[in-house]
Amino acid sequence: MTQNIVEIDNLSFGYKGRLLHKGINMAFPRGKVVAIMGGSGSGKTTLLRLIGGQIKPNKGEVRVDGQVVHQQSREGIYQLRRKMGMLFQHGALFTDLSVFENVAFPMREHTDLPESMIRDLVLMKLHAVGLRGAHKLMPTELSGGMARRVALARAIALDPEIIMYDEPFAGLDPISMGVICDLIRTLNDALGATSIIVSHDVKETFLIADYVYFVADGKVAAEGTPEDLQISSLPFVHQFVHGEKDGPVPFHYSAGDYKQDLLGSQV
Amino acid sequence: MSILMKLIRTLQNIGHRFVDRIWRLGAGGRLFWLTLASSGESLKRPWLVIREVYFTGVLSLIIILVSAFFVGMVLGLQGYNTLQRYGSSEAIGVLVALALVRELGPVVTALLFAGRAGTAITAEIGLMKATEQLSAMEMMAVSPVSRVIAPRFWAGVISMPILATLFSMVGILGGYMVAVPLIGVDAGAFWSQMQANVDWRDDIVNGLIKSVVFGVACTIIALFEGYDAPPTAEGVSRATTRTVVTSSLAVLGLDFVLTSFMITV
Repeated sequence: MTQNIVEIDNLSFGYKGRLLHKGINMAFPRGKVVAIMGGSGSGKTTLLRLIGGQIKPNKGEVRVDGQVVHQQSREGIYQLRRKMGMLFQHGALFTDLSVFENVAFPMREHTDLPESMIRDLVLMKLHAVGLRGAHKLMPTELSGGMARRVALARAIALDPEIIMYDEPFAGLDPISMGVICDLIRTLNDALGATSIIVSHDVKETFLIADYVYFVADGKVAAEGTPEDLQISSLPFVHQFVHGEKDGPVPFHYSAGDYKQDLLGSQV
Repeated sequence: MSILMKLIRTLQNIGHRFVDRIWRLGAGGRLFWLTLASSGESLKRPWLVIREVYFTGVLSLIIILVSAFFVGMVLGLQGYNTLQRYGSSEAIGVLVALALVRELGPVVTALLFAGRAGTAITAEIGLMKATEQLSAMEMMAVSPVSRVIAPRFWAGVISMPILATLFSMVGILGGYMVAVPLIGVDAGAFWSQMQANVDWRDDIVNGLIKSVVFGVACTIIALFEGYDAPPTAEGVSRATTRTVVTSSLAVLGLDFVLTSFMITV
């Protein structure tokens, strides 16, 4: 068994002529909570999709449990994905299924467990996220935070070895944010899983992560423990962690001459 | 911009559109093949297909039956108006039945199906894609093609001939209501001429074959448009419109092709 459950080695990925990642190296040790941070559009979510085998790298490789993801057949990728759980940004709950059925979905698809056992397991998972009492509700009846917790219960339905979180704190109120924050750490430790969090919420992520990677300009701009990064003097990290308006990441999107744009006739 | 540049731009646009159409045709064909290949897995769980038959078939019943009744009544009126000039108003039953069983039943059902069930399928799949439900399924190692696409495909293929049959039956009833109680055509002549002149193999079976082909075409078009839709509100809206336009054209075009094979001169 390798020490790192996920390894990203010299990975490059891009599309439509734009290179999003330029030789990225990352390691995700078993049992740890590792965060990938960076500005919007820096390719953080794409990294999760590369780990999940939804897209293939142009160069380099992603290894999950020692196996190169993009070299696997479709069946091989599906086998690897059974070790993973993923929480999508907005939950991605199946809107035609109740909360109970959403959580039961992976169990029904991948196991032959009897109905009584599925029921008990689903209620246990929902209890873990504090929503056992909401099992009869439909996704449309849930708040954003509740939907995310149900999605988390679904992601851990089959006790995965890797849990990936895509912007788990985005758009949540402070209470829900605290709840999700606590759940990520607690569930990771209780399941003995490895958590990969993609986020740009510094405070919450630093609170629960064991190790953090900063991605900028398609590369790992900085890495370290939250404590190290909090006091980092690297300009990008400093700007990001302290939420400064201007810095290495400019306020303005790349554009031509301002005066020319205003006086010229074409937009 | 010079005229030459404009001409080059126009040619580039035409070329781009042409390549895009070819690409979409290939992608649609690939989805059709994947759907057939994944069908075994879905058909092992028939409740998935039955559930979709309810959504695509049963929920389309009202619009199909009401339309059929009116189409039948109009056929009765128009048919009588023409036939009485030649003194053959008793043949109204044959006219209504043949028009419905051979053409209007399968074609109008398919057009209504594309407008009602087809758009619903496209919007549903498109929104599932936009809200990452299909990606979530993929990440759970569950194939969306076998879990979402294939059951809907078979539901469409099963529903269409049943709906077309019901359309023809209710249409004939509509024709009867106009011809017999309203106009006063002899009921015996209406039914007996129909029975004598409607052929099982040439008329009814051919009509059923048409409706099965239309079922395949309309459902796969609706599924592909949803599956291929850009994951935005505008993308889903455009895909839904394309479903109706493409399905309608496909049905009318296929109807001509099938009819030309079926009619022996």
